[in-house]
Amino acid sequence: MSTATAQKTSFAAVIWDYLTTVDHKKIGKLYLYGGGFFFLLGGLEAMIIRIQLIKPENNFISAGLYNEMITMHGTTMIFFAAMPLLIGLMNAVMPLQIGARDVAFPFLNALGFWLFLFGGIMLNVSWLTGAPDAGWTSYTPLSTLSPGHGVDYYVLGLQISGAGTLMGGINFLVTIVNMRAPGMTYMRMPLFTWTTFVVSVLILFAFPALTVGLFLLMFDRMFDSAFFDVALGGNSIIWQHLFWIFGHPEVYILILPAFGIFSEIFATFSRKRLFGYTAMVFATILIAFLGFMVWAHHMFTVGMGPVANSIFAIATMAIAVPTGIKIFNWLLTLWGGNITINSAMLWSLGFIPSFTIGGMTGVMVATSVADYQYHDSYFVVAHFHYVIVGGVVFGILAALHYWWPIMFRRILNEKLGKLAFWTFFIGFHLTFFIQHFLGLMGMPRRYWVFLEDQGLELGNLISTIGAFFMAFGVIVFLYNAIYVWFKGEPAPQDPWDGRTLEWAVASPVPHYNFKQLPLVRGLDALWIEKMEGNGKLTPAEPVGDIHMPNGSILPFLMSVGFFIAGFGFIYQTQTNFAYIFLFGGMALALLCMLIRSLKDDHGYHIHKEELEKEAE
Amino acid sequence: MAHDHSLNPETMPHHPEKATLEGKNKFLGLWFFLGGETVLFASLFGTYLALKNSTAGGPTSEELFGLELVFLMTMLLLTSSLTSVYAMYHMKNNDFKKMQLWLGITGLLGVAFLACEIYEFYHYIHEYGFTFRSSAFGSAFYTLVGFHGGHVLFGLSWLAAIMIRNAKRGLNLYNAPKFNTFSLYWHFIDVVWVFIFTVVYLMGKVA
Amino acid sequence: MTNHTKSNEFHKQQNKEEMKKQLITFATMIIFTIIAFIIVGSGLMSKMLAIPLLLILALIQVAFQFYYFMHMKDKGHDMVAIMIYGGVWAAILTVAALSLVIWW
Repeated sequence: MSTATAQKTSFAAVIWDYLTTVDHKKIGKLYLYGGGFFFLLGGLEAMIIRIQLIKPENNFISAGLYNEMITMHGTTMIFFAAMPLLIGLMNAVMPLQIGARDVAFPFLNALGFWLFLFGGIMLNVSWLTGAPDAGWTSYTPLSTLSPGHGVDYYVLGLQISGAGTLMGGINFLVTIVNMRAPGMTYMRMPLFTWTTFVVSVLILFAFPALTVGLFLLMFDRMFDSAFFDVALGGNSIIWQHLFWIFGHPEVYILILPAFGIFSEIFATFSRKRLFGYTAMVFATILIAFLGFMVWAHHMFTVGMGPVANSIFAIATMAIAVPTGIKIFNWLLTLWGGNITINSAMLWSLGFIPSFTIGGMTGVMVATSVADYQYHDSYFVVAHFHYVIVGGVVFGILAALHYWWPIMFRRILNEKLGKLAFWTFFIGFHLTFFIQHFLGLMGMPRRYWVFLEDQGLELGNLISTIGAFFMAFGVIVFLYNAIYVWFKGEPAPQDPWDGRTLEWAVASPVPHYNFKQLPLVRGLDALWIEKMEGNGKLTPAEPVGDIHMPNGSILPFLMSVGFFIAGFGFIYQTQTNFAYIFLFGGMALALLCMLIRSLKDDHGYHIHKEELEKEAE
Repeated sequence: MAHDHSLNPETMPHHPEKATLEGKNKFLGLWFFLGGETVLFASLFGTYLALKNSTAGGPTSEELFGLELVFLMTMLLLTSSLTSVYAMYHMKNNDFKKMQLWLGITGLLGVAFLACEIYEFYHYIHEYGFTFRSSAFGSAFYTLVGFHGGHVLFGLSWLAAIMIRNAKRGLNLYNAPKFNTFSLYWHFIDVVWVFIFTVVYLMGKVA
Repeated sequence: MTNHTKSNEFHKQQNKEEMKKQLITFATMIIFTIIAFIIVGSGLMSKMLAIPLLLILALIQVAFQFYYFMHMKDKGHDMVAIMIYGGVWAAILTVAALSLVIWW
């Protein structure tokens, strides 16, 4: 199913192929397209925010629209850009890295994608009727009292896509546990696979809390329950806890895969094995473990009392230790290496100082007493953009440059890549570094305007200029992607002289990945073979029939069902007519589930003879 | 590679539910899902514990709950857990008919449980005016117990689907994992119920 | 062929013994449940004593359910145990937070 054959087939056939695909490589691409689209939307919203704040008491957008912008920017970037882009990369690369032919549940994999996409569309449909405006955290009672249907769209959109993410997490876990190639022990897995594994654990334990929180909010808004209604004995702190029990692991769900990506890139372009592999693995696990016990540091000013605040402050600061281990291990991987500097490497090198600044301000805001000053100021905005842009976005862009040859069979143009990096990098620091000081000067976050003569003009102007640099960098990257698609040469199989299994598969990657499952003899399996002069992997099995899953349209239809039902839930408060959508949508989704259950799906076999013919 | 994985005593593996990669994947996937469900129900229990005294002038847990019905429901669900163990026992011995029989009994016990729950809710609403909307306690109670009831209902539909689908074709390596994952799911429902009857009903009656 | 039949016989026997254990498990669970209901129904015990006792009875029941009914005691359940205990840990944190630092 290479690009070459795809170009030959008709457009409709390609669309149908992607609607029904259960191939992890195609689903990975779909995630990248979907996540990329929402990333642009979120970026556009960010630009509008920055333009509004370019000068004091600006009137570019109204206060209400501004609230919708900040809410949609945050929600879109976290749930519909960063996460799907990372899950897309995991889909595209992780099965190759462990020497598997597909993921454990290809059908669920497709369902996860479609749920994410329709959740994202659901959220953005709200622009037509009034978007959510209670912030991406949707604190109650602000969110329960928010008029219109904006927050309803938020609830349903996140609920639908969250279910998809949970499926993705379970799928990756089972894949890594059950489907590693012979010889691929846990301690031989590449770091990106390790972080995928750990992140999936976090998804598994964090998302249910969000699911429940969203249900409670949904019941309060749509079915008149009283969870957050103080008059009937409700308590709005429950939402904050549930949201952050999910929300804090969520930031590790975002950053840990980026850590995995950098570990791969530093090792490859330094031509050294990763320094302190074992320490890296355990640091990842430790970050995930501690990351579960720190959520209340988002709630220091709520009034939990000095004991709870101290416990959460200390637990939070403890995370700096494994993170520090990682930073030093990357530096020591570079140390004495035969370093190649290209775009992927630039993004990775740019990450180290940027993320370290974010980590340092993290320890500052973790200091619970000092946090009373930082809380809800631009200092916090600066902090989390340093870790999420400087960590996650840099990581995604590094990974795209690094794995583009596997995913799209092209090498991204270096000149354009460097231009994109430098403009984005400079723009990023221009935008957010100054915000630390704006925050310390007392500028609160989420305010529509700031006043004159409070010393905030220059800082905000610089910040907005920086944002335009970032936007330019993103446009250059997009141009680069389109440019190499049409003008670039097909990439060779192993352009970076890689170390791990994904560089050992044929280019373009056959849809069964490996004709014969490889035998893994150690960490950096391909590198070992290269050093011993084999150049390619030893097969672990003779050429035999390969069992493959069948494609299916059911995941798509099921997601459409939930999507329709979502509208039913939102509008049943207004008109009984909406029950048609509610029950109709649910019926469609349940019917698809029933068909899936009743209809046997044994997959098909690619026969040995066909494989041998293909090889000739 | 024939697609007919029908089993006879000669070809029967000791663990038909885990004899194929698909079976192993399903087994592990369902267990991991239950790990996530643990947190889901923990969030609901936490919410209930936070709001259990927020009666807003309505009936309290002590006034509402009757132990007799809850005891009956507990016995029904506990027994259904045992019957599904019996079903899996017969699956491992490749006795399809007995497996179906025990699964059928499991389903009937589940239906009886659900009927009791519906009666209970009806009773609270009509005798006490205690509803989902009357207080934060009401919202939390119906949400927690209702989520469990929803899980029972989903489990029963699932059971019906796989029992009817496979009624005429016996046990094979394709459907054995399905029966097994169902039984694990069913046990988990029972686990949740153990906490519900303890934390909600018994502790609510003590307090 | 005969070998196979023999091993089948062996496994049948093993399954039977396993089933006996399951029955004992079930009986214990029923007894525990009855004890729990009696503690509350009789109203003899003070609240401070009854609640921890009820929770302990529930925990033991659940452990039985997991280890015997769901076979977590068998081989090949390492990853399963990790994920369940992970979930239990996250569950404890969640319940603790929601029941301890909500009202003040």
